[in-house]
Parts: sequence; structure tokens; C-alpha cells
Amino acid sequence: MERELERIIQVYHDSEGNVISLLQDIQAEFGYIPQEAVAYVSERVGIPQSAFFGVATFYSQFYLKPRGKNIITACCGTACHVKGSDRLINSLRKELGIPEGEDTSEDGLFTVEDVACVGACSIAPVVIINREVHGKVSPDKLMKEIKRLKRESGA
Amino acid sequence: MPESVEIKVCMGTGGIAAGGSEVMKAFSEALSSAGIDASVQENCSMHNVGCRGFCARDVLVDVVIDGDKTTYQYIKPDMVERIVTEHIAGGRPVEEWTVTEEYHNFHEKQVKVVLSDCGEVDPEDIDSYIARGGYRATEKVLRGMTPEETINVIKDSGIRGRGGAGFPTGVKWEFARKAESGQKYIICNADEGDPGAFMDRSIIEGNPHAVIEGMIIGAYSIGADRGYVYIRAEYPLAVERLRLALGQARERKYLGSDIMGTGFEFDIKIKLGAGAFVCGEETALIASIEGQRGMPRAKPPFPVQKGLWGKPTVINNVETLANIPYIISRGADWFASFGTEKSRGTKVFALTGKVKNTGLIEVPMGISLRDIIYDIGGGMEGGNLKAVQTGGPSGGCIPGSMVDINVDFESLAEVGSIIGSGGMVVLDETDCMVNIAKFFLEFTQRESCGKCTPCRIGTKRLLEILDRITAGRGRPGDIELLEELGSDIKASSLCGLGQTAPNPVLSTIKYFRDEYEAHIHDKKCPAGVCKNLLSYEILEEFCKGCTMCARVCPASAITGEKKQVHRIVQEICIKCGACYETCKFNAIKKG
Repeated sequence: MERELERIIQVYHDSEGNVISLLQDIQAEFGYIPQEAVAYVSERVGIPQSAFFGVATFYSQFYLKPRGKNIITACCGTACHVKGSDRLINSLRKELGIPEGEDTSEDGLFTVEDVACVGACSIAPVVIINREVHGKVSPDKLMKEIKRLKRESGA
Repeated sequence: MPESVEIKVCMGTGGIAAGGSEVMKAFSEALSSAGIDASVQENCSMHNVGCRGFCARDVLVDVVIDGDKTTYQYIKPDMVERIVTEHIAGGRPVEEWTVTEEYHNFHEKQVKVVLSDCGEVDPEDIDSYIARGGYRATEKVLRGMTPEETINVIKDSGIRGRGGAGFPTGVKWEFARKAESGQKYIICNADEGDPGAFMDRSIIEGNPHAVIEGMIIGAYSIGADRGYVYIRAEYPLAVERLRLALGQARERKYLGSDIMGTGFEFDIKIKLGAGAFVCGEETALIASIEGQRGMPRAKPPFPVQKGLWGKPTVINNVETLANIPYIISRGADWFASFGTEKSRGTKVFALTGKVKNTGLIEVPMGISLRDIIYDIGGGMEGGNLKAVQTGGPSGGCIPGSMVDINVDFESLAEVGSIIGSGGMVVLDETDCMVNIAKFFLEFTQRESCGKCTPCRIGTKRLLEILDRITAGRGRPGDIELLEELGSDIKASSLCGLGQTAPNPVLSTIKYFRDEYEAHIHDKKCPAGVCKNLLSYEILEEFCKGCTMCARVCPASAITGEKKQVHRIVQEICIKCGACYETCKFNAIKKG
């Protein structure tokens, strides 16, 4: 881990306002923000850990826990909402067995999250599956995709 | 044989989701296949272009042969071969796949200024922008105008900020110009977070250089040498294209230490947002660029006096900046000739919801809502117009009865809504207004940064009341409580987020009070949306026993043999409505 972190620190060491950028790169490297990484970077750049965690918990894009192998992001913008995004999310969570209050399935294969708007309202409802935008999604279409991903993951 | 063939494939987020990349690939494969004349291949160029607004018809493809343009809609990769052989090689357009009258109607009443090059230029190629007159405005300003002259043109054009508050852009620049400081900044606010608005994403994806040009001209006017674009990380394609465009602009000396040999120095950095709606507020945005929690602070001092790192800073929205080169090139009078006296120019709206044609539209300020919905939008999808939500979580709902209202800053404010960033969601009678208000409150509640009490606690209480109303536990007096609390939150919150958060609630109460009353007193949701106030049953006389409903029911709450009448077990039913939407025989009653 140290080698990756040193590389990240090199990039931002001298620029002002680097806490967010450091966290973004740590997350890009590890997929989430490991506590040890923050401890290490904090020591090296002389910014207290509390500043890092304060920022990490403020913004919705930082994750302090590991995330699933497949990330499914359902858009909950206004257009998607009126076209039934609620139902998509409920059926997803049910199909993947994600318990209340959690966002990742127990086997670590899937994370289901929502986003306020991805700005693709004319093809609502929208679901992003592993960074690929799918428009006009129906629960049926979605379940087919999930089954395909499950097969590919060998589950 | 044609001398030049251009193929333009829509590759915005909508185009790519509909399969734009595959269509692009199919074209290059079909064109390089053996059956095609070599001279056609040689004269043929392929471009990806940004959004032209009508994403519902994607993938849209323009085939331009010797200047003669044919537009195709709903194109799939397997349709490409026929277009290539019959149209490009054979000269006969495939009529049945070309766009219909609706496509033309969609565009006819629009007036394109800021979107005029979106869908025409290749956003990944600076030469394509330059060929259409790009960077000439920058040249005109840097070589022949003083900063004061430039600011005067912008002031005369009457353009007001397109991000929500509608502050006159020229006046903002003048304040920053007059602020005394050795260091100033210009920031492009691309933290477009309003659910239902996506013009900023489309502009950056479709024509990033116009935004860059706007920033250069702004920087020159106020005397800044550094700029930032604060952009949402949820827009990966826009970020990528912007990064590419900045690199190309640097190569051509439109950015850097000596721009176009004039000695003017300016460069732009990208800052990725990390997912906080409140960062669209300018003081919160500044805190975020500084690497802190994105919390707003009290104004004054305004950012034009004390902004980023304490220095004078101008923050303009993407659409505002993208208008600047067009205003400079064509003149203040030309821009001011569009729109109304106090709301000049055009505005881009994201038209979505229950209209036939959804997409991105640009119209002169002051156009009637009716023209937008019925002419451009092609009318309602099927239902009846109930309301139009404008301005997202800071805006309000305009009832269908006011469809002749003019859409400009003042007229919308008068009826309790705002233009905001330009989201326009059309609602029909199947949309519950209490639910819509709750939807926006859930959003603002979640995004409240927690710094000031009225917003942090006030929105929470508002949401709790809406929650109980929609759950069938509303109490007499709740409506009055919402009104009182709402007006207190508006009056006492620190920033724009809290000051506008109650708008969706207050405007729906104003125009749809009876719907709130039905929820509270009759325990009914007239639109049939609020689950706890609903039940579904199967009408025996219509049920054919096709088993479709039983198959889609996620709770296995529907019983019945094939070809026999089915029944919903109310105790198990989760009221999701899946059966209702699946039944082909209208045999399921909601009520």
C-alpha cells in the first residue's frame, strides 16, 4: 500500500486544497478509503486525520467500506422518479438480498446505490451498471442484466 | 460520385446509452467493406457530435452529402449497411428511417444560440469548432477590446446568470474588475445537481470550447490569470471531453502564458466535485475547491470581493459562459433582441416527464409554457396536463390551468416558481403532488449541509409531516403547519439551498390544496401514487387468467390457475403496482 500512497502524495504534495484530491486518488486506487491509508497520508502531509474523515463523510462519493464487484447505480432524479425508479431499486435489493440499511450484497458481488440525477432524463428511468448507462429500464430488463452479471461472476 | 460525405453520430450520454458507439463502428466497417467505391471512402469523414437535444430518438445520425443533410432516427448497427449502400453509395436516402415531422416540429420553435453548435461540431476536435467560427470572439476581445469595453458589451446584452439566481453577468464582472487585488479567479460552476436538469452536461459534452472561450473572455475582463471548472464526477464523459478540449486549447495557444501572442496569461484547471448538491452554492463551491467540507458561509463579503483563497472571484454557470462568445461575435443588440425586457436572450430547458418529445430545448425567454409543451414537446404522452415542475428542488409546480404563462424570470417568480437551472418536468394526473413535494424534500433534506439550524432541522420536520401525510397518518392542521414552517425556513436559512427548499411544498399547497386535504381527511391519494392509501383488486369480469400479473408480482401475492380468474391476497400485497402495469386487459383496479 505504501508505494501507491507515496505516488499519490507526490502528485498533490505542493498544491493547495489537496484533501479532496488525495481522497479521490486513494479511492481510485483501492476502490474505497481504507483507514490505514488515511493514517499514512495524514502523517506524511501533516494534515490531521480528522480533516480527511471530515471531508470523506461530507461528500457522498467517498466510501469508507469496500464496495461490491459490480456497482449498480439507479438514478432517482425527478424524471426517473415519476417513471418508477423506486420500483427498480426495490426489486434490485430484493433480488440481490441486500438488507435494510446496507448497500452491498453479502457475497460482495453487488453494490446498489442511488444518485440524485445523471442528467439523462429523456431516457428515464436510468440505471448505470458498471459505468455503462442504460436508458428506459424496466424491472424485466434489469433482472436480465443482473442474471447475466451473476453468471459472469460465477455465482 | 459525391465529393464530400460527412457522417455525424450523436454521442452524448443519451446517444451512447442508445448504442452510439456500435453505430459508429458499424459505419466504419460498412464503409471499408469491398463493395464501396474507393472514392466514396476517401471523401467520407466520420464525426461524433454532442447532444442535439432530442435524445428520445437516439441514435440520431446525420448524413451530409455535398452539403445536403439527411437525418436518421432510432438507428441501430444492423441498419447501417443499408444506409451506406443505398444512400451514401447509391444517392437514395432510406426514407423510412429518416426523421419525421415531429422532429422538425421539435426544432422549429426553438431559437438556438448556446446550443447552435451542439450536434454540429465534433467536441473532440478543436478544428471542427474553429471551422465554425470558434475562438474568433477571443481574438476579437484580446486584440481589439479593453476589459471595460468587453464588460459593457456583456452588460448591454442583458444576459443574466443561467444557474438559478439570474444575477446580471456583466454587473458581476464589473464588481470583480473593480475589486483591487493582485490575484483574481474565474470559476465555471459545472456542479449541475438539480435533478431533472442536464443542459450543462450536454453543453460541455457537445461544445466544450465555447465554455473555455467564455472563461478566457471573462478572465480577461476581470483581470484573472487562473480559472477552475468545478464539475460533477457523475458526468464522466463531460469531464473527459473537457480535459481533451483544454489540452487542445493549450496546444493552440488559446490558453497558457502568452495567449495568441497578446501577452495575456490564463489557464484553467479541472476540479472534480465529490457529490454534494450544496456545492452548487458559490461559497460552498469555493470551500470545496479549497479542499474543505463544502459548507456555505454568510454573504457579504461576496465572492467578487473575497472568494477563492480570499481573492476576488467570479463564478459563472456553464450555460452563461457558453453564451459569451456568441454575444461577443454577434453583438449585444443581437442577443438582446431575443427574450423579454428584463429577461434577455434564450434559455435552455430540459423538457422531461409526461410529454411526447423529451429532450433539451433552447427557446427565447418569454415563450409561453403552452408553446413549449404542445408545439415543441408534441403534447402530452397520453394523460392530461396537471402541472409543470420548474426549477428542481428550489422551484415549484405551475398548475396546468396556467399553461399560458410566459416563461421568464419575473413571470415564474410571480406564481411561486423559478426558472432555476432550467429543469422542466411535465406531470399528468397520475402524479401525486404531495408525493412530488415529498420527493424534493427528501432530496434537499439529504443534501442539507447541516450548518444552519433552520435548514438542518426545519427541512427534517417538513419531511416528517409530508411522510405522515402520504402514509395516511396526516392530522388536521398539518397543512397550516407546513406553510408556517416553510415560510420560516425561507426567511432564516443561511444559503440558497435552505431559502428555496420549502418552495416545492408551498407551491403545491397553493395550487393543489385539495389534494393535501384528500390525503389528510379522506385518507385517499387521488392520483393513486401513495402506497399506503391504495389497494389493488382484480375485476373478475375482465380477468382472462393469462397469469401475467401473478408472474410479475414480486411478493407472490396473486393466486389463480391459468385461464381462471385471479385474486390478489391483500395481506401479502406490497402495492408496488407491477400487476397494474402489466395487465393487458385493464382488469386491475387501483383505488
